[in-house]
Amino acid sequence: MSVIRLEYRRVSMHFMQGGNGRLTAVQDVSVAVGDGEVVSLIGPSGCGKSTLLNIGSGLTAPSEGDAFVDGERVQGPNAHVAFMLQKDLLLPWRTIAENVAFGVEIQGVAAPERKRRAQALLENLNLAEFAGHYPHQLSGGMRQRVALARTLAVDPTVLLLDEPFSAVDAQTRMVLQRELAQTLKRSGKTALLITHDLQEAVTLSDRVLVMSKRPGRIIDEIAIDIPDRDDPLKRRQHPKVNDIVNRLMERLDIGAPDDAVQGRA
Amino acid sequence: MRQGAAASVALLIAFLAAWEWGPGLLGIPSFIVPPLSMVADEAVRMWHVSGLAFHTGITAIEVLAGFVIGSLLGAFIGYLLGMSPVAEIALSPYILALQIAPKVAFAPLFIMWMGFTVYPKILVAILIVFFPVMINVLTAVRTVDPDLVNLARAFKASRAQIFWKIEFPASLPPLFAGLRIGSTLAVVGVVVGELVGGNLGLGYLLSFGEGQANTPMVFVAIVMLTVVGAIAYLLVILIERRVLHYLPKRIQTGF
Ligand SMILES: Nc1ncnc2c1ncn2[C@@H]1O[C@H](COP(=O)(O)OP(=O)(O)OP(=O)(O)O)[C@@H](O)[C@H]1O
Ligand SMILES: [Mg+2]
Repeated sequence: MSVIRLEYRRVSMHFMQGGNGRLTAVQDVSVAVGDGEVVSLIGPSGCGKSTLLNIGSGLTAPSEGDAFVDGERVQGPNAHVAFMLQKDLLLPWRTIAENVAFGVEIQGVAAPERKRRAQALLENLNLAEFAGHYPHQLSGGMRQRVALARTLAVDPTVLLLDEPFSAVDAQTRMVLQRELAQTLKRSGKTALLITHDLQEAVTLSDRVLVMSKRPGRIIDEIAIDIPDRDDPLKRRQHPKVNDIVNRLMERLDIGAPDDAVQGRA
Repeated sequence: MRQGAAASVALLIAFLAAWEWGPGLLGIPSFIVPPLSMVADEAVRMWHVSGLAFHTGITAIEVLAGFVIGSLLGAFIGYLLGMSPVAEIALSPYILALQIAPKVAFAPLFIMWMGFTVYPKILVAILIVFFPVMINVLTAVRTVDPDLVNLARAFKASRAQIFWKIEFPASLPPLFAGLRIGSTLAVVGVVVGELVGGNLGLGYLLSFGEGQANTPMVFVAIVMLTVVGAIAYLLVILIERRVLHYLPKRIQTGF
């Protein structure tokens, strides 16, 4: 493998539960993501996926183990990573261009350069004509694209994406998936994508990691050796996709009686 | 929209007509409810004889001073407590007690302290405006989406940047809701102060008219107080429209 951009080394995370002991969200997770690689992380709800993302972005410190970005140990927020969530988190009082420039503004980039970067990104994502609009004037899919532009504006080496498209409709999602795939390919960014959409995981990534129920551990890893990573719509047609999705479903125990009982409890 | 405005004007005309001719038709004596024209005549008389403009001006200045100082204090303390949970826990019992205490009851005390000047009236207004503004700001700062704060933190924002770029702008809509309430309460505080003591302001004219059994004079004072309050309220809305211009139109209410 080439240079490792994002790495979790034996990471565990415990949360204190009000008085009655602690909850282990993530248990002994080790992951390495190489330069330009896109890795998806799937697993049942509550297994600690978002927790891993927060650790990678430096917002929370792991209880045990370490995270590394670009070879440096993560000791707090840093400029090498940027994240994007299911919520677009656009600031309603800022125009679209100002929202895209939010990160670089905080990092102290000068105004003309901020404008230039925001404009270029908006053009890439076909949003140039909305630069002066306010978020409430845009559709959900467009807002999510603006959030992607804001994430890219700080030019991170690693993107952490937490269910970025789960709140948009199925058609918009396909469009956004393709835009993301092309952007990642074009810029050669490394990405960790959390998703509940197995097809999305398979069509967008080079590798899929499967996590167990809480306490979350990595229980499987599947390399996706299908061509056209920058074209999820084309990839979707590939006969291998269904086999992999089925295998992932099996690993996740979807439809197993054990799971059904748990769901009712 | 247009229909609503037309209906509003029609209602106003109906109301004024009812005021003018209603008492006569119902046989209500004019010392109980004086008709509109009588109140208007009295307003003209007061303008020339009783210094209506002067007293209205005094009240307006007291309302403005009380409102501005009370709002600034309320907002400042609101942001302070919003950002420091320790301070909030330490101060909240006292703030709660002060909030429950009827603020207008302080008017006689303030007058005993400061005499028959404008200052005790302003002080009552400050006290009464303070709470809705402070509570709204405090709640707003507390309920800012933590994911927004995390987003800023992930970009390595400083505490000051988080405040100025996230918490402060996010708190503006509730702040303005508090200011609207405060602008009307300021008039209440000032009038109570003026009623309790002194010979200044519309509250003084109100109690003077009452002493003279001059019902039209009392009506004039009430109308002028409403005008002062309405102007304060409209000014807040005007500023709010400017500042919160980015909000979708349907969220901005007419009044
Ligand atoms: N700050 C916290 N304090 C206490 N417990 C927490 C905290 N954050 C997460 N947890 C717990 O850790 C576990 C993992 O949470 P996490 O959000 O990482 O799950 P997830 O895999 O992202 O789930 P989902 O797929 O539903 O988003 C959950 O049981 C959650 O309740
Ligand atoms: Mg999650």
